[in-house]
Amino acid sequence: MASKESVPLAVQLSGIVKRFPGVVANDGVSLIVARGEIHCLLGENGAGKTTLMRILYGLYQPDDGEIFLHGKPIRIPSPRAALDHRIGMVHQHFHLVPTLSVEENIVLGLSEGTGPFLRFKKTRQKLRRLADEYGLDVDPTAKIWQLTVGQQQRVEILKALYRDADILIMDEPTSVLTPQEVDALFGTLRTLVEAGLTIIFITHKLDEVMEISNRVTVLRKGKAVATVNTDESSKAELARLMVGREVVFRVEKKPPQLGEKILHVEDLHALNDRGLPALRGMSFDLSGGEILGVAGVSGNGQHELSEVLTGLRKATKGKAILGAHDLTQCSARTIADLGVAHVPTERIRVGTVPSMSVRENLILKSYRSREFCKWSILDERAAHENACRAIKEYEISAPHDGTPVGNLSGGNIQRLVLARELSGSPKFVVAAHPTYGLDVGATEQVRVVLLAQRDRGAGILLISEDLDEVFQISDRVLVIYEGQVMGIVRAEEANLEEIGLMMAGSYRQAVAE
Amino acid sequence: MIKTPAWIQIERRPSPSGWTVFAISVVAILLALIVAGLFFQFYGVSALRAYGDIIKGAFGSRLGLTETVRRMIPLLVIGVGLTVAFRALFWNIGAEGQLLMGAVVASGIALFSGLPDPLLIPAMFLGAFAAGALWGIGPAILKAKLGINDVITTLMLNYVAIYVVHWLILGPWKGPTMRGFPYTDKFPTAAFLPMLGGTRIHLPTLAIGLAGALVLYFVVKKTRVGFEIRVVGENPDAAKYAGISQTKITVLAMVISGGLAGVAGVGEVAGVHHMLLNPSSIALSYGYTAIIVAWLARRNPLAVILTSFLFGVIMRGGDVIKISLGLPFQLVNVFNGLILFFLIGSEVLIRYRIRFGTVKETS
Amino acid sequence: MSWESWLISTISRTLAYGTPLLLATLGEIYAERSGVLNLGVEGMMIVGALTGFAVAGKTGNPWLGVLAAGVVSGVFSLIHAFASVTLRANQVVSGLALTMLGLGLSGVIGRAYEGRPLMNTLDEISIPLLEKIPVLGPAIFQDQSPLVYVGIIMAILLWFVLFKTRIGISIRAVGEDPATADSLGINVSRVRYLCVMVGGVLAGIAGAYLSVAYRPSWTDGMTAGMGWIVIALTIFAFWNPISGMFGAYFFAALFVLSFRLQAWLSPELLKAMPYLLAIVVLIVVSRGTLQKRMGAPSALSLPYTRGED
Repeated sequence: MASKESVPLAVQLSGIVKRFPGVVANDGVSLIVARGEIHCLLGENGAGKTTLMRILYGLYQPDDGEIFLHGKPIRIPSPRAALDHRIGMVHQHFHLVPTLSVEENIVLGLSEGTGPFLRFKKTRQKLRRLADEYGLDVDPTAKIWQLTVGQQQRVEILKALYRDADILIMDEPTSVLTPQEVDALFGTLRTLVEAGLTIIFITHKLDEVMEISNRVTVLRKGKAVATVNTDESSKAELARLMVGREVVFRVEKKPPQLGEKILHVEDLHALNDRGLPALRGMSFDLSGGEILGVAGVSGNGQHELSEVLTGLRKATKGKAILGAHDLTQCSARTIADLGVAHVPTERIRVGTVPSMSVRENLILKSYRSREFCKWSILDERAAHENACRAIKEYEISAPHDGTPVGNLSGGNIQRLVLARELSGSPKFVVAAHPTYGLDVGATEQVRVVLLAQRDRGAGILLISEDLDEVFQISDRVLVIYEGQVMGIVRAEEANLEEIGLMMAGSYRQAVAE
Repeated sequence: MIKTPAWIQIERRPSPSGWTVFAISVVAILLALIVAGLFFQFYGVSALRAYGDIIKGAFGSRLGLTETVRRMIPLLVIGVGLTVAFRALFWNIGAEGQLLMGAVVASGIALFSGLPDPLLIPAMFLGAFAAGALWGIGPAILKAKLGINDVITTLMLNYVAIYVVHWLILGPWKGPTMRGFPYTDKFPTAAFLPMLGGTRIHLPTLAIGLAGALVLYFVVKKTRVGFEIRVVGENPDAAKYAGISQTKITVLAMVISGGLAGVAGVGEVAGVHHMLLNPSSIALSYGYTAIIVAWLARRNPLAVILTSFLFGVIMRGGDVIKISLGLPFQLVNVFNGLILFFLIGSEVLIRYRIRFGTVKETS
Repeated sequence: MSWESWLISTISRTLAYGTPLLLATLGEIYAERSGVLNLGVEGMMIVGALTGFAVAGKTGNPWLGVLAAGVVSGVFSLIHAFASVTLRANQVVSGLALTMLGLGLSGVIGRAYEGRPLMNTLDEISIPLLEKIPVLGPAIFQDQSPLVYVGIIMAILLWFVLFKTRIGISIRAVGEDPATADSLGINVSRVRYLCVMVGGVLAGIAGAYLSVAYRPSWTDGMTAGMGWIVIALTIFAFWNPISGMFGAYFFAALFVLSFRLQAWLSPELLKAMPYLLAIVVLIVVSRGTLQKRMGAPSALSLPYTRGED
């Protein structure tokens, strides 16, 4: 940061330490952000980026270290204090009350004006001014739940601006947006910086760092490993800093040995939790020995698709034929018995019972089988032997098989889920976000395991938001947008720009066999 | 230099050991007793004397001890069943009503069935189990199918049961030989439960309670159904994912829980009163107290044997103090409320560790 | 009895019986809107009833009794607030404990007051002019306790505060999404404490109404399960104070009618009706997919910890 010393500082964090039970989330992190810059905070999931920013926003108290704002030491005991210091934050999961209107959300917690009564006239005037100034247009009387994700994010930014924020923290703001919405967001951010704001931008995506930031600080395992000027750096260098070694972006992949068609999906429809259409006539086929990747911006029906195919959600129309059965007519239990494995999106909340032991979680789906249950009584020895096998084969690191699963790390929980789901040599595997939140080592292992299943002859539906992952291990890629198939392309023939347009719903392509 | 105050930090404790839980619970109960003691003092009664009387009354004599056990029986039988409901994540606050419905059906069979003598008592137990179970299944189905709050429905049904009993003893079942009092007639002696020699301990109910504790402990720990109950209770989403029917498990848990509460009702009408009478005399808040019993036992059926005895002592204490110090039986509710508060307070110490942050200095 | 006077007395009694239900329901609506389920209503009401009776008897001023009942029950409710907000304890258990404690304490302390008469009760009033309106006048504005009107005014006032003021938005936000409220500098704990206390104060006044105005006397357990009806009413009203008012009067009308229908049905079974009806209402309501939009606070009975989303 040698070249920037003359520029006035906005934020300086020095030696920040934050411990949680069993983890040091921030281990003496120092960070300097200059006034008027877009400063990226880059790191893998779990590197401590969000924790650090929550400290700056007063949500956490640091165990050690100091915070300076515009050169002066301050303490930020609460988000309110942060707002008083004109620090605003747009969280990854929006902090908006869905049942309140936009303007009610905006004035929430403010004590402007006179008395307790609400005067929305003034609010609207100020909102209009901000909207015009920065191109952030939303209907102030709309209820939040009626807005699109992109609009909700605009409300979040407006909320911070309405409070006169001059330092804006954005936590992974692009993870829920289409490429086009991302462009609009970046435009807004540039306007804000021109108007004098300082922006701290949390991300784990290298392309975004290169595109938007002036400088970037890389965090790894709770430590700040480097701060560099973006234009003096490269993607390769940043990637190396982020993961701490040269990244091998390729997993060994043999050409596919296609088997018979095992799954035929036709005109599949389903509703989401709010009762709105989520799947709108999806059709595709899957063969044994193939991985079909599903690419799309989150919330376009991927979750519902995985649930319908595994019997956790009812289809409103259409069919999904596996062998002689229509999966839309089967219960979750029947589908599991048919040899369908399911690695669920939320592996801890849905895929395991955290308070129960590794041993018990490993038989969560097979406890009724002759192997583990005789005369209605569970065979603990068989369960124990099964657990020992799985622990060894999948390298699950647990003190012993009686340890509650909740005490394991994320990577080990995912290994456990894979061990359980793949144990019966399934015909068809639904893997939703199988590497989300895992470190590099665990990610690689999971991908290798999935490829091994494919080479064994299983058909795999891989749902992932990580495009790199989809292209690395899939044979074909299906792009989903608003519950419809926008196209299916061969992974090696795919054109990233086309895929991006399909993900945004503005381009549709013929289906590749 | 500004000194900022120390911050209390509360962190999740991974998984506490059985001994930690036990020790914290004991301390919580002692603290509740100390606060109750302060209440005695404030009320102008020596706390030492009150506790002395309770201990003497509960343990000091054969009569005292057997009366304690008599109080313990319904708490044990209901409490054992509640552990299963609570395990399946069902808030059964309706044991009071389930007990009363068991008592109603048992009384009906005793008075009007005309069954041969040897069949009478078995029929009463079966009928009462069925009645309690039915009273409990309704809310279970409503929760599983429509997502209706179990706390509210089970609670409301308590009051319905109370008025049903009132209606019966004032109306159709009012005993012609009772000179206008709101009771049914006395049961035929064949419907009296056998007693432990010379005491008021009704043996069949006690035996069901103890056997229930053992069997349910085994069922929950070792069997397929127990596994399903635990999965549903610990993580309903995972249960759905594993293909376990939450409806089936919830209903089953409530059959056990409601049925056992119904059985407790037989003990009270056929073992103690030998007639159906005022609901507040039959139930005496056993259904609510058993919630604390099951809660304190941390949903472990075997531990209920211990905790139901403890609350048997407290209820016996209420009887004793009523006579020796002239305090109303309502005092038991003060004990129950205080113990419950200290227990849920202690729950925090079990789930979380409290840490005091250092005093920070800023220049 | 003429048809007209039957109607007048039915409405008049419905207002009288519905008032304690209304007051306590308004309080519970506030507590639950902020995300705290308080099953201790029965306990808070009985504590209020005893306090009101005792203070009114001692001072000779029934209004002081009502005031004291509000204060004492408000303080009493803080136990629940402490357990559920600060200690993050299970709210079902804590609420039950509060009810047990309230019933126990009032039973023990109240024994000295059992059967004593109350010299100065809260007198009924008539509203000049309005009482002259035919039928409606005598039904609503004649010989009613002033607390009946306090109840109606409170319902309107609390509705206004909840939906039209800054404080109301904060309360709803805290009950809906405490993490968001917290991130905007709203003190979640303070809002919840305050709302639980509003619940306590109103339940206390409701109890005092029973012992100082409705049936001026003290008997052990005199709230007779009203507190549980309040829990059902809160849901029945979709957490809306105005609907709460109509709900309370509706339940009260059922109760009043139960005495008038004795010729056909036993009063015991009729007394069970509100409880059964509450369940029926829950069933009907559960079928609507709009339940969420109609006010059920998303964070109800969930303790909040900063930074654990």
